[in-house]
Amino acid sequence: MKLDQDAKYQDSHEWARKEGDLIVVGISDHAQDSLSDIVYVELPVIDDEIDKGDVFGVVESVKAASDMYMPVSGEIVEVNDALEDTPEVVNSDPFGEGWFIKVKPTNLDAEWDNLMDVDAYVASIEG
Amino acid sequence: MTKPKELKRTNLYDWHAAHGGRMVPFVGWEMPVQYPTGPKAEHIATRAAAGLFDIDHMGQFSVGGPDAEAYFNRLTTWDISLMQVNDAHYALMCYEDGGIVDDIYLYRLPNRWFVAVNAANLKKDLAWMQAQAAGFDVSITDVSDETYMMALQGPNAIRILQKLTNVSMNGVPRFTVAEGLVNGINTLISRTGYTGEDGVELFFPADQALSMWEAILEAGEALGIKPIGLAARDSLRFEPSFSLYGHEIAADITPIEARLGWVVRLNTDFIGRNALLKQKLEGPSRLLVGFEMLEKAMPREGYEVVYNDEVVGKVVTGLYAPTVEKFAGHAYVPAAIAKSGTEIYLNIRGKLKKAVVIRRPFYRPAYK
Repeated sequence: MKLDQDAKYQDSHEWARKEGDLIVVGISDHAQDSLSDIVYVELPVIDDEIDKGDVFGVVESVKAASDMYMPVSGEIVEVNDALEDTPEVVNSDPFGEGWFIKVKPTNLDAEWDNLMDVDAYVASIEG
Repeated sequence: MTKPKELKRTNLYDWHAAHGGRMVPFVGWEMPVQYPTGPKAEHIATRAAAGLFDIDHMGQFSVGGPDAEAYFNRLTTWDISLMQVNDAHYALMCYEDGGIVDDIYLYRLPNRWFVAVNAANLKKDLAWMQAQAAGFDVSITDVSDETYMMALQGPNAIRILQKLTNVSMNGVPRFTVAEGLVNGINTLISRTGYTGEDGVELFFPADQALSMWEAILEAGEALGIKPIGLAARDSLRFEPSFSLYGHEIAADITPIEARLGWVVRLNTDFIGRNALLKQKLEGPSRLLVGFEMLEKAMPREGYEVVYNDEVVGKVVTGLYAPTVEKFAGHAYVPAAIAKSGTEIYLNIRGKLKKAVVIRRPFYRPAYK
């Protein structure tokens, strides 16, 4: 299982990583592996404001549709348009090319520390 | 509380598990849904090179006796008199009302008949076949336990098999069978399959499963062979528009509705003939259609079909079809809107997404 040591995680298997003032969001390697081949990704519209814990998109794999939940509250400033034509990069590079959205956070100080670090996330999977 | 029913395992369970097969419950069996490279790669390998399928969960019956031909003519929709010795043919068993008991494969061997049936229907089929045998001098034996069933499919399948067998595959055309040695194992080789590719289905003693599986994988290694799980098996049978029991066909669906009229020979007196003749003359009220999404979205089984703001039907198979690179499916809709080119909507998790009825199949079988 691949991991990003610098990212934070939540129970629903999204990761969040700081990039300047923004937060990049994707799903973990563990998540893409259990979903199997990803064939379609539905992403939000730029400028959408979405609260932590709310659904921001859907991943469709050959197996099932899975909602994706915001790890932090904020405004969507960028979406990964490349996933429209090549959703399989979520499988091959979940922490890199397979990112989903970039968020301008609105409540980061309160929310960041509530996310799991990599060790806590691994423990939660193996739990 | 009753204990959950124990799942059966094929003789290749340990191999699948050791090679990263993701084991899932499937009609009472624990079967690999995929291997580590995923269903899409498996699908593409089968279309481009070769795929090997453990399908031992399927059932097999051996049928003998002087009345066997007359019996199968009564039991199935196909005109059995058209079958020569060593022919294999797809057929349906129907109820009196025309609903489908199961779809089966029939093999006419020199000294007996052989039948392959769906795993989910094995017990039901056996009981049905035994009940219909009254008045015929036939004996029906369930040989599922001692018979292993494996499929080798794809453009390289015959070349791979030829390395392992003394049977000249040039002499075994599509839809015929031969008996011979494969990897030194007595095997019934059937040049059939359910993927839309050339290839074979093999029947042989169940205790030889691992030896056969490994020998075929080794013989096919340089020719791009992959083991194939249930997920790719489903998309492979969907693209050429082959039916799967419990989806396109069921006890409350007739062959006419399922567009399997080509397997129904109304000149024979089979069970369900009168109902099907009537439906054919009157025209069915609903029909199976193929559709593809015009708006990108993943259709899934059970989703509603909407036309003119009304729910008019349901998706029975919905998936991403890797060869044609489309989100597509099969659905039952009223006959009036079954014409290709008709625009319909699918209710995909609360959102209506546009689709269009298209001519089936999505993928024309390679051997045609």
